[in-house]
Amino acid sequence: MILPMLRLELYKIFRRPRTYISFGIITAIILVIQLAMLADGKSFIAFALQGMGEQFDIQGNILNGYLITYIILQSLLIHIPLLVALVGGDALAGEANAGTLRLLLTKPASRTRWVLVKFTATIIYSFAMLLWLAVVGLFCSLLMFGDGDMVNMKSDAFVILLKNDIMWRYFCAFAFAALAMAAVAALSILLSVFADNSIGPIIGTMGVIVVLTIFSNLGLPLFDTIKPYLLTTHMIGWKGFFDDPVPYTSIGWSAFALLMYIIGLLGITIFVFNRKDIKS
Amino acid sequence: MYGFLGQNGAGKSTTIRMLLGLIYPDAGSIKIQGQVFNNSHRYLLSHIGAIIERPDMYGYLSGWDNLRMFAKLSGGNIPHSRLHHVLEIVGLTGREKDKVRAYSQGMKQRLGIAIAMVHSPDLLILDEPTNGLDPQGIAEMRQLIQHLSKDHGKTILISSHLLYEIEQIATRMLIIHKGTKMAEGLVTDLLRPEETLVEVHIRPNETIAGVLQATEWQQYIKSADSTQLVLKMSPELMPVLNQWLVGQGVQVTELKSRHSLEAYFLSLTNDIAHVKA
Repeated sequence: MILPMLRLELYKIFRRPRTYISFGIITAIILVIQLAMLADGKSFIAFALQGMGEQFDIQGNILNGYLITYIILQSLLIHIPLLVALVGGDALAGEANAGTLRLLLTKPASRTRWVLVKFTATIIYSFAMLLWLAVVGLFCSLLMFGDGDMVNMKSDAFVILLKNDIMWRYFCAFAFAALAMAAVAALSILLSVFADNSIGPIIGTMGVIVVLTIFSNLGLPLFDTIKPYLLTTHMIGWKGFFDDPVPYTSIGWSAFALLMYIIGLLGITIFVFNRKDIKS
Repeated sequence: MYGFLGQNGAGKSTTIRMLLGLIYPDAGSIKIQGQVFNNSHRYLLSHIGAIIERPDMYGYLSGWDNLRMFAKLSGGNIPHSRLHHVLEIVGLTGREKDKVRAYSQGMKQRLGIAIAMVHSPDLLILDEPTNGLDPQGIAEMRQLIQHLSKDHGKTILISSHLLYEIEQIATRMLIIHKGTKMAEGLVTDLLRPEETLVEVHIRPNETIAGVLQATEWQQYIKSADSTQLVLKMSPELMPVLNQWLVGQGVQVTELKSRHSLEAYFLSLTNDIAHVKA
């Protein structure tokens, strides 16, 4: 029963015009960044590398597809969770708002199964979005800017990655991002259980992500103790794949933390949903 | 056909939601077909079809897509021929490819019934199926429900706040008021024609209520004020009452037998607290 339910969920998601707005937004943002880089990328690179040119002689295609993709990924750090929340937040609350939830729940399937199906459908949608991001961001950037060694400009260091040592990093980064988006999906579905329209869970998810991102990035000692446990601290674990050497322990810990978040959030969702009176 | 009657807010939809596992009862348990709902809710739900309040569906999908989708969720492998058959029963053949958002309220109700019965359930639960329909839609819906009961042998639980609706189609009925069962039995037994509520509208008369209470009519009074009297009595006494009122100098503007759920409740409660002297 779970597979037919999942197929129907995906059918509903991908038959809805607004689903494709997310893909349109991603495409638009990426194209804008790519065009901006085409027009003025050299001065951006010069600015980013200022001071370094006096000590190093940097040659070759620095403004290449790999670097552009990295910049794009960093720019979309907040946007992609929002787009995931658009679907996750709508998963149960949207059905409640449309009045279809009561019809679904009078069919012979348990509520636990519905939560798992909704979650799976949301992460499949998120993966499709990441795949689209990879295609438009990575492959189009490579086509437009060509390849080359990648200079990862960190706040305190420059990491130079050889061009034949990059592609696998992107695969791993996208896989990690998928895990992070699954955690966002779990969060948005949890908030979705409490609401009868999808606006609240969508804004709620974004609010949580924004607030936690601020906590994760603030250098205040007050937040240092909670930082290792924050969702947003671990969501950016994909960046580790562009370090040299790759900090596998740290990435593994982040992946484990995200997994725990997913299990925990889904567990709470199932617990609450199974006890909820459906009055919508 | 089982009528489930109650005024708005009486608890009909809440009860139906409990029957379908959407709301959990604070106490007690629910048995359907002799089985406790909580112990075998998946089995029971696969043998029940329901519309709860409005028949909300996915507006961006066609009627066919909605029907096909809910058929799959109902369990079993329901062939397309069955989908066509139920569309024919509810009179939506030819409109199944249209998006549901383009359907009228009546069409949505009919599609809701198609969805409820597509898996050939033993029991159909229809919660206020005529809500929001125009008079023609109400008549068509009533015909459809009767057709399902008589020609397709379905057991149907139909809720309504309209007494005449239940009276026309149900064989048995249960009446609830503020969440409490008030009566249950054959419709013909419960709606005894020998006792009805008679509503009398009069020109303002401040003394008539008090005068009535001092006469033989007192036993029939359900409520009385300066412009309206309600009495529970045999319809045959209506002309006698009229004559008496005229004899008392009361100007009667309207005198009618009130045949409504509200009236029926009044007759059941036998509450004369409303009488205003």
